[in-house]
Amino acid sequence: MKLITVSGPPSTGKTSVIIKTIDHLSQKEIKVGVIKFDCLSTNDDILYKRKKIAVQVGISGGLCPDHFFVSNIEECFEWGLKEELDILISESAGLCNRCSPYLRGSLAVCIIDNLMGIHTPKKIGPMLRYADIVVITKGDIVSQAEREIFAYRVKEVNSKAKILFINGITGQGTLHLADLFMKEGERENLKDSKLRFTMPAALCSYCLGEMTVGKDYQIGNIKNINL
Amino acid sequence: MKLEDEKGFDITIIGGHDKDGNPEDLNLTIYSGEVVSIVGPTGSGKSQLLGDIEWMAQKDTPTGRKILINGQVPDVEKRFDIDSKLVAQLSQNMNFVMDVTVKEFVEIHASSRKIEDSEEVIEAIITQANQLAGEEFLEDTPITSLSGGQSRALMIADTAYLSKSPIVLIDEIENAGIDRKSALDLLVKREKIILMATHDPILALMGDKRLVIKNGGINKIIESTAAERKNLVLLEKLDKKLLMMRNKLRNGEIIDCIGWE
Ligand SMILES: Nc1ncnc2c1ncn2[C@@H]1O[C@H](COP(=O)(O)OP(=O)(O)OP(=O)(O)O)[C@@H](O)[C@H]1O
Ligand SMILES: [Mg+2]
Repeated sequence: MKLITVSGPPSTGKTSVIIKTIDHLSQKEIKVGVIKFDCLSTNDDILYKRKKIAVQVGISGGLCPDHFFVSNIEECFEWGLKEELDILISESAGLCNRCSPYLRGSLAVCIIDNLMGIHTPKKIGPMLRYADIVVITKGDIVSQAEREIFAYRVKEVNSKAKILFINGITGQGTLHLADLFMKEGERENLKDSKLRFTMPAALCSYCLGEMTVGKDYQIGNIKNINL
Repeated sequence: MKLEDEKGFDITIIGGHDKDGNPEDLNLTIYSGEVVSIVGPTGSGKSQLLGDIEWMAQKDTPTGRKILINGQVPDVEKRFDIDSKLVAQLSQNMNFVMDVTVKEFVEIHASSRKIEDSEEVIEAIITQANQLAGEEFLEDTPITSLSGGQSRALMIADTAYLSKSPIVLIDEIENAGIDRKSALDLLVKREKIILMATHDPILALMGDKRLVIKNGGINKIIESTAAERKNLVLLEKLDKKLLMMRNKLRNGEIIDCIGWE
């Protein structure tokens, strides 16, 4: 089974792009399933089910969603094998701009959009920097010049990634993405596979439920601003 | 690949289907130096045709069209490569979203197109854009606060100075009240292929050919005739008159005499 990790800030069109890409794969009788990671809630599973795509949802709730991703991905992979999928796609929303829920040896796709502002590529961090493919959506809303400038800024952060322009509404560009998915190698399992980048460190009293502000209540991995 | 140096450059549009799925029977090749206008009712698919060409569609757009360059399917990697862009596009929607000044915008665009020592070019673009637009803007004006016409003028000057692409697509240059004649003079360079969607009779008649779009498909291809070219001269006279009126109105004057000879 191939594992493809897709991530990107909220509302950039991850689900639309994935669904439109799966449409092309389904036509070739390729069986694709999705595991959606989110923080608080998601309706995306309904969208996938409507398209008869096998889907599982993981809500991290009070936990850091990317820690939640690593600690669950192996079991998700096993679910995919049991479902006899050809491709398992993990979809996760990048929330703190510090994580990159990508594994070495699995294709990593980051989805961003043209409307995020010219400085955003620098701010997104590892999620963009460590992606193999960067998909840029909503190009139909801006001029060609702005598309070029935005892509240039993405290249400054990640010069190796392939940049794809995709229209999530019409699906223009997803055929190419589907072809790239097909070129991805097969994996037997995720035993001992490694993250591409460290997760943000967090082990302090607030991680454990502390709610009060103040020095006396802070224990563990604490960092203070130099004022 | 240095396409701008090549002499015989051409592009072929192979028909797909219209909005109802009826086949679009078409195999049209356009050669460098040709100006082609695109006409048709609003919503008929003019912008879509330009979009297909910009995308170098390979049956992967709503129209199912296929685009060939020099008779061949463009290489996948080249198709999406920003550095070797074959197509410069002036799209219909001109709302900027980036939080930069006019100067920064042109500067970054120039460097994204690998143009070094851009200082002079940047100045030329801004001066030129100001000549096309009515009301002046400055180099430190944020692009998001430009008016529709000013944005358009800036994009036209930007395309004229920064783009080496052998194909130029122009979508409704007549909107937003800029001087469309000087705009076209800037954009239409001899060795290029120009495709221009328009509702404006003068621009439509300026093409060597015009494509008539109906219900999403190219319905007719018309070669412009000698009679049409003669009428174009008359239309241009009429247009000059109109332009004069428009400028008078803009400057708060009274239109008390139209002055037909
Ligand atoms: N052959 C086709 N099949 C399916 N949809 C099509 C086809 N051609 C065009 N469309 C769709 O029709 C809609 C309107 O087309 P478009 O915007 O190109 O019209 P237009 O002629 O440029 O209109 P205007 O004059 O208002 O600019 C678009 O959503 C476009 O994708
Ligand atoms: Mg249009």
